[in-house]
Amino acid sequence: MMMVFTFAITLTVVVFTVIVTRIIYVMRKSSKPLSKIGSQSVSTLIVLGSGGHTAEMLNLVAVLQKDKFTPRIYIAASTDNMSLQKASALEASLVDERDDGMISKDAQFMQIYRSREVGQSYLTSIWTTLIAIIHALWLMIKIRPQVILCNGPGTCVPLCLTTFFFKVVGIRWSSIFYVESIARVRRLSLSGLLLYKLRIADQFFVQWPQLQREYPRTHYVGCLM
Amino acid sequence: MGENDDGQSKKKKTKNVVFVTVGTTYFDALVRAVDSPEIKQQMLHKGYSDLLIQMGRGSYIPIEVTFLSCVAGSGSIFETLRLGKSLIVVVNEDLMDNHQSELAEELAEQKHLLCARPQTLHRTISNLNLESLIPHPPGDATPVMKLINKYLGFLVD
Repeated sequence: MMMVFTFAITLTVVVFTVIVTRIIYVMRKSSKPLSKIGSQSVSTLIVLGSGGHTAEMLNLVAVLQKDKFTPRIYIAASTDNMSLQKASALEASLVDERDDGMISKDAQFMQIYRSREVGQSYLTSIWTTLIAIIHALWLMIKIRPQVILCNGPGTCVPLCLTTFFFKVVGIRWSSIFYVESIARVRRLSLSGLLLYKLRIADQFFVQWPQLQREYPRTHYVGCLM
Repeated sequence: MGENDDGQSKKKKTKNVVFVTVGTTYFDALVRAVDSPEIKQQMLHKGYSDLLIQMGRGSYIPIEVTFLSCVAGSGSIFETLRLGKSLIVVVNEDLMDNHQSELAEELAEQKHLLCARPQTLHRTISNLNLESLIPHPPGDATPVMKLINKYLGFLVD
């Protein structure tokens, strides 16, 4: 009886240690550039959020080399009506630049349940966040992007947590690039703080020098807007 | 928004328009503030003949005005700055975390725009000095793009 108990304890400790070691390894490796020379192209998940978030994100997408970051999967909250429209307008404007007709299959548009609506009580938010996480898991298993671009809407947290989980268990190694919104001058957003402190974002960009001084592991990149 | 007086005998009514926008939000406090007789009087004093208001999702409808707009979010702010227009940003104090004010205050400190609250708007307009504003340089996403490419091992041309 004692032996079984001891064995169980030992097993738990070993498993726990393996998991923690793996997590620390993932966190440390993530902050360094990819060691392999970049592949031809990377599948890219672009997380859109309401209002200024989408405008800033599309500003960034506009300057990326489209043949390197492809296919591009745009994802927005199910209650967000405008963001996917703006994204498809951007993609449509790219069609004129290349006339080989390949643009349409480079871009996909998806929706995800929101963890929390503005003004929603924090109590019900726990439940909706759980649903959002399950939905994120489901979508991420389907998409498995190599690169994720996000800039702060709550929708990005379940997606990034899922990505981190996939990295730890070895399903897919993705790089998360987080650009904090230009509206954040002195403090990080809640999403940003989470992804920074937990070292889930591989690279964290800020648009104001005050934030770079406050959070030294970030990169100051000036104003995107 | 400059003056344009041709000084001819046939008087042309010059239109200096104040455009107020709430973006996609609900900001009745600003609509009410702008609709007040004191502020409208001051705007007339300063040479502004028309007031255009875009109301967003607000419910307060001013009696004489066609549209109501007030600048609140980063989208409205930067669109206006890009157009080179003089801007007064009014911060919505009813929003919970009020991170909006950080951006407006920082840009005001850098003299790219003027910043006010609904209650102090009349003071800002009576002390209006738009010449002190300096243009905001256009945004540039290429630094981010370069860092991302470097991280992924892509060559940047």
